[in-house]
Amino acid sequence: MSESSAGRAASEASVSRPTQSISGVRPGRIERPTSTAEVAEVMRAAAAAGESVIPTGAGTKLGWGNPPTSADVLLDLSAIDEVTEHAAGDLIATAGAGTPLSRLQEEVASAEQRLALDTTVAGSTIGGTLAANTSGPRRLFAGTLRDLLIGVTLVRADGVVAKAGGKVVKNVAGYDLGKLLVGSMGTLAVVTEATFRLHPVPQSSRWVTVGARDAAHAAELTQTVLHSQTVPAALEVDATPDAIEVSVLVEGRPDGVAGRTTALTDLLPGSVAGEDPPAGWGRYPWDDTAEMCVGIKVTFRLSGLADVVEAAGEHGLRGSAGVGVAYVAVPADRDITEIQAVLARLRETTARHGGSAVVLDAPCEVKEQLDLWGPVPAIDLMRRVKDEFDPDHRLSPGRFVGGI
Amino acid sequence: MTPLETLTAQARALIPEPGVITDPARLRTYECDGLAHYRVTPALVVLPETAEQLAGVVRACAEQQIPYVARGSGTGLSGGSLPHAEGVLIVTSRMRSIKEVRREDQRAVVEPGVINLDVSRAANADGYYYAPDPSSQQICSIGGNVAENSGGAHCLKYGFTTNHVLAADFVGADGDRVRLGDDAPDSPGYDLLGAVVGSEGTLGVVTETTVRLVRLPEKVVTLLVGFDSTDRAGAAVSAIIAAGIVPAAIEMMDALAIEAAEAAVACNYPDGAGAVLVIELDGPAVEVDAEYADVARLCEETGAFETRTAKTPEERGLIWKGRKSAFAAVGRISPDYIVQDGVIPRTALPEVLKAIADLSERSGVRVANVFHAGDGNLHPLVLFDDAVAGAGEAAEDVSRGILDLCLSHGGSITGEHGVGADKAAHMPKMYAADDLDTMQLVRCAFDPDRISNPGKIFPTPRLCGERPGRRKGAHPLQESGVAEVF
Ligand SMILES: Cc1cc2nc3c(=O)[nH]c(=O)nc-3n(C[C@H](O)[C@H](O)[C@H](O)COP(=O)(O)OP(=O)(O)OC[C@H]3O[C@@H](n4cnc5c(N)ncnc54)[C@H](O)[C@@H]3O)c2cc1C
Ligand SMILES: Cc1cc2nc3c(=O)[nH]c(=O)nc-3n(C[C@H](O)[C@H](O)[C@H](O)COP(=O)(O)OP(=O)(O)OC[C@H]3O[C@@H](n4cnc5c(N)ncnc54)[C@H](O)[C@@H]3O)c2cc1C
Repeated sequence: MSESSAGRAASEASVSRPTQSISGVRPGRIERPTSTAEVAEVMRAAAAAGESVIPTGAGTKLGWGNPPTSADVLLDLSAIDEVTEHAAGDLIATAGAGTPLSRLQEEVASAEQRLALDTTVAGSTIGGTLAANTSGPRRLFAGTLRDLLIGVTLVRADGVVAKAGGKVVKNVAGYDLGKLLVGSMGTLAVVTEATFRLHPVPQSSRWVTVGARDAAHAAELTQTVLHSQTVPAALEVDATPDAIEVSVLVEGRPDGVAGRTTALTDLLPGSVAGEDPPAGWGRYPWDDTAEMCVGIKVTFRLSGLADVVEAAGEHGLRGSAGVGVAYVAVPADRDITEIQAVLARLRETTARHGGSAVVLDAPCEVKEQLDLWGPVPAIDLMRRVKDEFDPDHRLSPGRFVGGI
Repeated sequence: MTPLETLTAQARALIPEPGVITDPARLRTYECDGLAHYRVTPALVVLPETAEQLAGVVRACAEQQIPYVARGSGTGLSGGSLPHAEGVLIVTSRMRSIKEVRREDQRAVVEPGVINLDVSRAANADGYYYAPDPSSQQICSIGGNVAENSGGAHCLKYGFTTNHVLAADFVGADGDRVRLGDDAPDSPGYDLLGAVVGSEGTLGVVTETTVRLVRLPEKVVTLLVGFDSTDRAGAAVSAIIAAGIVPAAIEMMDALAIEAAEAAVACNYPDGAGAVLVIELDGPAVEVDAEYADVARLCEETGAFETRTAKTPEERGLIWKGRKSAFAAVGRISPDYIVQDGVIPRTALPEVLKAIADLSERSGVRVANVFHAGDGNLHPLVLFDDAVAGAGEAAEDVSRGILDLCLSHGGSITGEHGVGADKAAHMPKMYAADDLDTMQLVRCAFDPDRISNPGKIFPTPRLCGERPGRRKGAHPLQESGVAEVF
């Protein structure tokens, strides 16, 4: 990186960022490389100096995970922000890690295609979404980023640049490193570019929403839809202390969508169909910053839905009933023993149903008193993977499972 | 006692008869997989019945530092389960129980030796099936599918094995048993299962998997469409994709492949076709009907001279029989052949097919093309007669040339059959040294002594435990005044 660009980058970054704190930890300095080669240079320099590095995209989720044990460099990837390829005929696109998801979507929309992922927070980037493995309602239809990623360029902790996968949908040559990076929260390597498979934009979509009497009824409605022939693109539940709603999204050709909408309204007495998503669709049940909330992600077998809704109790829950992933928001100003009790109850219930409860975000002082990740099977093997990729624990130290 | 004798005694103590094989004649029945020109007789074959027994054998291998290779049904086409001459072959064919089919969770829990098609059979009564369907689905094992990340005709719409496997019980190279993934999605931590799927048995052995079941579609329509050339058929595929339709399958066969299939199974494909497409649409009836109308029109517009739609399950079966028997059928028109498995971006199809035809003409080696046209996964069948001097080498040359073509178009050396023993030497053509070195980090984490299926996938494994050199001193960026510290 040239002297002037680094200087400019650092000052720009401090202007555009309201806070440079990562869960209360202030980074030593900000680097804003503009290419994979520059990222490699930064990583090599950091390795030489024994410094820790925390990659970031738009910073919308920098609060997730444990506070880092050290943060010498905040590696801001937002300048690597181009959609470098969109091969419409092959249904693939490649973009830099700092590219806002929304920009990629705009670009591919010109060919009536989409990356089948929901974005709910303006600004979130390809790299950040990949590293955080966030997902919204449409994961029922297309899976998560894990299932859409086909190639990746990464920079290792020692500054070596490597590629895995490629630009074709079908490829089993070598290990699928992309899978390891998805959800790794910036602890294994820095992603600088990624290639995805795209889907055609459906011609038509419709939402069908129905109220449920209680948790058991919501579970019953969910099962009815799942085993039907309506092929939903999303199947969501939204439980609050006052009401429980189940909503279904169908996408496809106008004729098909009309027919399936009718089938759904027949299956779900009392339901209403509409052209717009219900309120809160695709949003976590907390504000974007989660400053007032402990944001918990719960996962469970489909048959566990009723128990998990019960366990969330007065706090309610929102998420993908058709997949077994949902989110619970507990007000952060509750007594810590109460928060701990809710978390314990969710962990016990989700574990019984083959899943987990992970605290995604919370104010720093609350986080300190919680075990964010809970029990993690195969943690020793995960540690060995971390030790191989990042033997000095330079990347996002301490933020991930088991203190990785 | 030699280490192998010790191991054999340990295996006998663990595994009931007839699960430990030492008789040389019987050992030889395991000397190859579906890639029969590589043959190695294993030193010992074991057939455990339980995960404990299997883990015990692996632990004993680790203690004695004896390599082992896992084997499912041995249908692999890349020599992935080729035995190690001084090693143990661990065969899962006695681990064939379908432990659970849970309709309410849309899941099945199966042992690794379970045959792919049996999972669907077990789920059909509930209205479900297991989507990944390699052409070998009647014989290949789920463990082998997981290890190869196997695909099949329906991958285009439904994804590969990796998209359908949620969790696995796994025996690491030290013999320890761990659970990878979970019954629910997004289990916390690294996606180790994602790394294990497709790792061809080089990271450890899967002893149980939880797979996703998919609802049987309300309607399925299968079309057989005849074109006079692969170019026209390719244009039809492009038009269908451009129209935003993702069929459950689009398969293409060229004239030579049709000739072979016809000779073998009399599938009655359109007379004189230069290419046929097998197109399958599935889903809600209304949706399928609308798509069908569009697909039929697009095929006609791009020059189809005959379109047949299966009216009965038997007709549908016959259309697929021609396609699915294509590999074996080639045996009818050529004594020997090589099955290639390259991938190209789908839009490069016309260009690459033309280049393959040129290559074939120049070398005088016949090439039949059968492939997953929807996702650009080619299976050129390179025909030769081993009895003719030099024919094998010429076929090898053409086969390699086809891979080079795939790579020069930004494709891959394997779309579903794996690297195995066969293509390890090609890996450096596709990946740079640093890419391969980075993959080796995963191997080192899972199997530092490299006793799990050694010699597969990678031409030159890295030495585990190597550390990049550390430099100490002032930060170079700081020193040069490039970056500020605040
Ligand atoms: C209320 C709410 C609802 C949301 N709903 C959705 C949703 O429905 N769908 C969805 O997709 N997202 C959703 N998100 C999540 C959010 O959009 C993603 O977390 C976001 O994509 C992160 O992007 P970022 O660029 O801001 O990442 P950052 O916050 O900068 O980084 C996130 C993590 O990734 C690491 N990281 C960032 N870039 C890289 C890189 N290049 N290489 C390696 N590691 C890196 C960071 O170290 C950090 O651990 C939601 C978030 C909120 C608050
Ligand atoms: C006629 C024919 C058609 C075919 N069509 C297709 C097709 O359409 N799509 C496709 O993808 N493949 C196809 N194949 C290839 C083959 O069937 C697949 O690769 C299949 O997944 C292999 O399964 P298997 O049980 O026979 O595995 P094997 O051949 O026994 O082993 C394959 C690999 O898996 C490893 N392995 C086996 N079991 C385990 C375990 N439990 N844990 C860890 N590693 C293990 C082995 O070490 C080896 O590396 C075809 C093969 C034939 C003969």
